Amino acid sequence: MKIRVGHLYPDYLNIYADRGNIAVLAQRAARRGYDLEVCAIGVGDDARVGEIDLYYIGGGQDREQALIAPDIAGKGPGLGEAVAAGAAVLAVCGGYQLLGSSYRDRQGAELPGSGLLPLHTVAGERRMIGDVLLQCEWAGRTLAGFENHIGRTHLEGGAEPLGRVLAGFGNDGSSGFEGCRVGRVVGTYLHGPLLPRNPWFADWILAEAAAHQLGEPPVLEPLNDELELLAHSVSAERARTRGGRY
Amino acid sequence: MRLPLKAEIFAARAVGGLSRLAGTGGGTTIPGKLLWKLDPDAIDRLAGRLPRGSVLISATNGKTTTAAMVAEILGNETRLAHNRAGANLVSGVASALLDAERAELGLFEVDEAALPEVARRLRPRAVCLVNLFRDQLDRYGELELVAGRWRAAVRTLDPEASVVVNGDDPQLGDLASERERAVVFGLDDVRWSRPSLQHAADSKYCIRCGTPYEFAAVYVGHLGDYRCPACGHAHPRLDVVARNVELAGLDSASFDLETRKGTRRVRLRVPGLYNVYNALAAAALTQTMEVGLEQIQTGLERFSPAFGRFERITLGDRSVLMLLIKNPAGANEVVRTLVDAGVPPVLLVALNDGIADGRDVSWIWDVDFEPLFEHGLERLVASGDRAAELALRFRYGGFPAERIEVVPSFGDALDRGLELTSAGGELAVLPTYTAMLALRRIVSERGFVRPYWERAA
Repeated sequence: MKIRVGHLYPDYLNIYADRGNIAVLAQRAARRGYDLEVCAIGVGDDARVGEIDLYYIGGGQDREQALIAPDIAGKGPGLGEAVAAGAAVLAVCGGYQLLGSSYRDRQGAELPGSGLLPLHTVAGERRMIGDVLLQCEWAGRTLAGFENHIGRTHLEGGAEPLGRVLAGFGNDGSSGFEGCRVGRVVGTYLHGPLLPRNPWFADWILAEAAAHQLGEPPVLEPLNDELELLAHSVSAERARTRGGRY
Repeated sequence: MRLPLKAEIFAARAVGGLSRLAGTGGGTTIPGKLLWKLDPDAIDRLAGRLPRGSVLISATNGKTTTAAMVAEILGNETRLAHNRAGANLVSGVASALLDAERAELGLFEVDEAALPEVARRLRPRAVCLVNLFRDQLDRYGELELVAGRWRAAVRTLDPEASVVVNGDDPQLGDLASERERAVVFGLDDVRWSRPSLQHAADSKYCIRCGTPYEFAAVYVGHLGDYRCPACGHAHPRLDVVARNVELAGLDSASFDLETRKGTRRVRLRVPGLYNVYNALAAAALTQTMEVGLEQIQTGLERFSPAFGRFERITLGDRSVLMLLIKNPAGANEVVRTLVDAGVPPVLLVALNDGIADGRDVSWIWDVDFEPLFEHGLERLVASGDRAAELALRFRYGGFPAERIEVVPSFGDALDRGLELTSAGGELAVLPTYTAMLALRRIVSERGFVRPYWERAA
């Protein structure tokens, strides 16, 4: 079986090693006998609704983010349709902000978003930079990563966070929550990149992507994740000792 | 109360000497930090005493090397205040000023973020900007932000100050258009163009209108010959140019140095296009100081590399080649240099995540390490505090897991790397900044290299 990934704006949003996330998905899929096919979806391209199992959106600098915001806003309804039909989405950092309804920058200018998740983001005064550790109660697991954002993301009614902040700033530096998860749509500020040091989550999103075609998420056989778990524990320790405090 | 400058200088110098005696390091920034605390304006006054003024060099990559090339060109006849050990924050500049009482000229490499403050205090006669790549986003912030601060700093320079910029960098080339006394340097040899922009390329979009640039040539990162198809923003005219470049593996790089005052063939004893850029910057900067072409050529040809940037150390019957890596653009050039010269079978990569390395290690995923796998790399020893993350980078990049060893301790990693290297062979070591300092300390404890502050003195 082929898992089809639509990588949105890879030329613009790629600042936090997003290709590391894609490489992890590809190799972990291959080792379970799935092909992972990645196609780039750029400005002006069709969103290929129905043909994509997982949409991936990475992080970019403010300038790049502003350049693509109108395009993703235009793709919003199509992406909403795809999600309603079971496609999964993983969005990191700038991409996460673009999943919401809007982003207001320091000058008060408002960038539109795709509206896939019930949230909006407002630029704050200081960047929130540092190592992060989350407890994902829905999975009984932790996520470790690095955050670097000036936007404060506010979840709106009914939105579940991805996790509770054990160390670091999270969505807004005050709520104690990080990221947002609605069904198979996940947005987070965690990069580093996210997936190499959080293999359980890589497998979860991979299974959810496969579920778009299979109906149910398949059970993926475990891999030898010794190195991944070592990287996770170092990253988690970093967050505990030097992550941001609010 | 303000202490007399003399008393401040005396106190600050004494502390530096104590730090060296106590064995806590080179003592290269401690006097400056103290002076900075006692009286921040003392730096302005110290710099004001330099009869020939100061020149500043900033860049993401190549600051230390470019400044060392300038020092070599100026030679012994100019007494310099020079932060040659690479302490490039305001305090490091202050320390260098303290150290060189009878200096005539200040030669300072300056951290990208510290440039505006250092320029404001020193009122330099010339500022040289070599490149701007994405680097340690956790520390410097986004590239646009640094570019904006540089632009503002350049606008506040004295009107007669010279601005020397790399025209192959869209952000920097544009700074020249605003200045009367600007010198633009760059490369012109399409034979060395990369086939396409690399993954980590920055400044791909027109700085005026946002349209993707069309590149007639791409040399290093996004540096090249660009033109915006929509608004026409393009590469400026070059005043100091390298043509007919020849790269000879790890040994040397030669080029025709063309300037308004004539042309010379220059043969550097350091490799790679990135060093050709550093040499161009040094040549263009010294030309603004009325240095003759002959002296520029001989200085560049005499130059040997700055510590840890590119260093070959013999350890018994094996040798170690140390190449500093700190961001995607620089690491990509190191990889290219190794591939051009022949990839050594064993590689030690040492990744730390201190403040000086960047706490965010995601940048290693933006480096194109893959050409090493395709050109004969047999073994990787991954070391440093984030050794596991580095091992994952190689493994998910397609390098076989059974050929990777994770050895976080530097001493053990060096031993293992040398053990895997055959007699007479060379171990390539790619460390981040604090890993480089630690590895050098180990090697010097074994009696093979001098500590950096001795060499710097």
